[in-house]
Amino acid sequence: MAEITLEKVVKKYGATGVVHGIDLAIADREFVVLVGPSGCGKSTTLRMIAGLEDITGGLVRIGGKVVNDLPPRSRNISMVFQNYALYPHMNVRDNLGFGLKIAREPPAEIAKRVTEAAEMLGLTPLLDRTPAELSGGQRQRVAMGRAIVRNPEVFLFDEPLSNLDAKLRGQMRAEIKKLHQKVPTTVVYVTHDQVEAMTLADRIVVMRDGHIEQVGTPMQVFNHPQTAFVATFIGSPPMNLLASTIVGDAVRLADGSTVPVPDRLRGFVRDGMSVQLGIRPDDISPLGHGLSQDGPGAELNLTVELAEPLGMESLIYTRIAGQEVQAKLYGPRIVAPGEKLTFRLALDRAHLFDAATGKSVRAD
Amino acid sequence: MRVSVESRASKQAKKVALWLTTFMLMLVMCLPGLWVVLSAFRPNREILAKPPVWIPEDLSLINFGKIFGFGAEQVGIPVGSYFTNSLIIALTSTVIALIIGVAGGYAFARYRFPFKGGLFLGLMLFRAVPGIALSLPVFMMWSKLGLVDTKMGLIIVYVSLNVPFTIWLIDGFFRQIPLSLSEAAQVDGCNPWQAFWKIEFPLARSGIASAGVFAFLTSWNEFALASQLTRSTDSKTLPVGLLDFTAQFTIDWAGMCALAVIIIIPALILTFIVQKHLIAGLTFGGVKG
Repeated sequence: MAEITLEKVVKKYGATGVVHGIDLAIADREFVVLVGPSGCGKSTTLRMIAGLEDITGGLVRIGGKVVNDLPPRSRNISMVFQNYALYPHMNVRDNLGFGLKIAREPPAEIAKRVTEAAEMLGLTPLLDRTPAELSGGQRQRVAMGRAIVRNPEVFLFDEPLSNLDAKLRGQMRAEIKKLHQKVPTTVVYVTHDQVEAMTLADRIVVMRDGHIEQVGTPMQVFNHPQTAFVATFIGSPPMNLLASTIVGDAVRLADGSTVPVPDRLRGFVRDGMSVQLGIRPDDISPLGHGLSQDGPGAELNLTVELAEPLGMESLIYTRIAGQEVQAKLYGPRIVAPGEKLTFRLALDRAHLFDAATGKSVRAD
Repeated sequence: MRVSVESRASKQAKKVALWLTTFMLMLVMCLPGLWVVLSAFRPNREILAKPPVWIPEDLSLINFGKIFGFGAEQVGIPVGSYFTNSLIIALTSTVIALIIGVAGGYAFARYRFPFKGGLFLGLMLFRAVPGIALSLPVFMMWSKLGLVDTKMGLIIVYVSLNVPFTIWLIDGFFRQIPLSLSEAAQVDGCNPWQAFWKIEFPLARSGIASAGVFAFLTSWNEFALASQLTRSTDSKTLPVGLLDFTAQFTIDWAGMCALAVIIIIPALILTFIVQKHLIAGLTFGGVKG
C-alpha cells in the first residue's frame, strides 16, 4: 500500500518560492500526472516526493509514513529521469541489477529479476550492451526496467518522453500505459505535454506558478475546466477565450454582438459581469461540418483568414468580434482564405470564466 | 581543365610545405631529446668531438655501468638513493595531491558554498606564481621547521604545487557527469558516499588519472626547488643528482645523459600505463546524447 499525501508542501530557494503550499492525495495504484508549463513547480514537487529536494515546509507522506527527512533510498521509490540517467560504465544487465546489488540481494535472485524485467520490456537481446550502444527508445526502456526491477511502491517519472521523437513518444506512451496495467503501482508522472497527461492519467493535476489549478480525471479537466488557464492548457488546439460582458441573458462580445448565455450557466452570472467566453475550436464549425449540429447554438458569419488542412479536417483561423479564434472544419473540404462561411457555435459546450479571477463561473 | 591542374599543383605544393614545416618543428623539438638518449650510449670523447660526430660510431652500455657501479670505471654518485628518494617523494606527493584534488574538485563541481568563486580564482592565481619565487621564503620556513633536506619537506612543497592543478582538472571532469546519475544511484538505494564511489568516481577516473600523471611528472622532474631544499642522499632527487656530474673543471656529459635517460624511463612507462585509462567519452551514452 503506497498512497502519497502532500500537505501544505512548500519549496523555497532562498527567498524565491517555487511551490506554494500544495495539498494533494494520491491513492494506492493510482496513475497521477502533474502537468503544467515550465517553471510551474511540477518537477520540484516530484523531486520532493523522491527526496532529491529538501522540503521547505509541509508534510509528504508515503504509505502513511512522513518521509520529509528520509533520504531517497529509504522511501521505496524508483524514478525515471528525463535524461534517463543510465550508468554509462555499466552494461544494460548491470544497470538493471544495480539497485538489487546495492540491496545485497543474492546473485541468483538478481539474475532472475533482471531477466524477468528484460523480457517484459523486450531488452533481452541488449543485456550486454552499454548505454552508448542503445537508441533513444531503448535507453528509455532500460531506464524503466531499472525502475521496475526493484519492485518499488511508487514510480516517479520526470518528463520521461520529452527527449524522444514524436513517433517513438507515442509508442513509449502506450508502453508505459501497458506497464502500469501489468505492474499496478502508484505512479506520479510529470510532463508538460497535455496529450501524455490526457492519455495516461487516472487523474490529472494541473499546476501553475507553484499552485494546483485543478485536480480531476482527464475528462473532468477537459470538460469542466475550473479556470481559464486550465481551459487553455488542456486541449489542442487551445480553447478560444473571448472578452465579453453579461447583459441580461446575453453575453455581449467586444464588438457589441451578443450570444445567449448557455442554459447550463444561467444563474451563475450577474448582469454587468466581465467574463471570458471560452469555446473550443471543435465547437466552432462551419454549418454542416461540425461535430454536433443539435443543441443550442449561435450562428455567425465569419471570414476565413487562414486554413490549415489536416486531411480529414481543417483548422481555420478567423475573427469573432475582432479577436482571432481557431475553428475546426470536419470533412475533407478545401477552404480558401477570404471565404465567407456561416459558423455555428455549440453554446451548450461553451464556458464562462470570471474575467477578474479567471475562475469558471460554475464550479463543478 | 588547366585551372584544375594548376590548383591541384598548388594544393600539392601547400601539402609539401606543410609537411616540411611540421618536420622542421618536430626536428627542433625532438633533436635535444634524441641527442640526450644517443649521448647516454656514447663515450665522452665522441660527445665532445669537434667537429661533432653525428652518426654514433661507438654505442655501449658502459655509461650505465659506471652509474650503477659495474665495470672498471665508476662514478661516486649514489644513484640508487636518488632514485628511491625521487620515487618516494613523487609517488607520495602525487597520491596526496590526488586525494585533495578529488575531494576539492568534487566540492567545487557539486556544492555551493560561500566565497566559492574567490577560492577557485585564488587557486588559479597560485598557479601564476613561479615556483622559484617561492624558494627563498619556503627555504627560510623549512629551515626553522627542520624540514630542509627531508623527504617530507619536498613532499609538502610538491603537494602544494600540484593541488591547484589537480583540483582544477578534476573539477572539470566531475562537472561533465550529469547530477542525475548520482541522484539515480541514490534512488536505487545508494547513500551519497556509495553513489560517489560506484558511479561518479569511476566516470571521472580518466580525469583523475590525467591529473595523477601531471602531478607525478611535475614532482619527478622538478629541479629548481629541489636543488634548494635538498642537501644529502637523505632527500636528493634524480634531477638534482644530475648536478653531481659537474665537477669544478669537468662535466661528465656521458654520465649525465645516462642518468637523464634513467629519469625519463619511469615517466614514460607511467604515462604509457595510465594512457590506457585515459579513455575519454566514457560519460557519453548514459544520458541523452
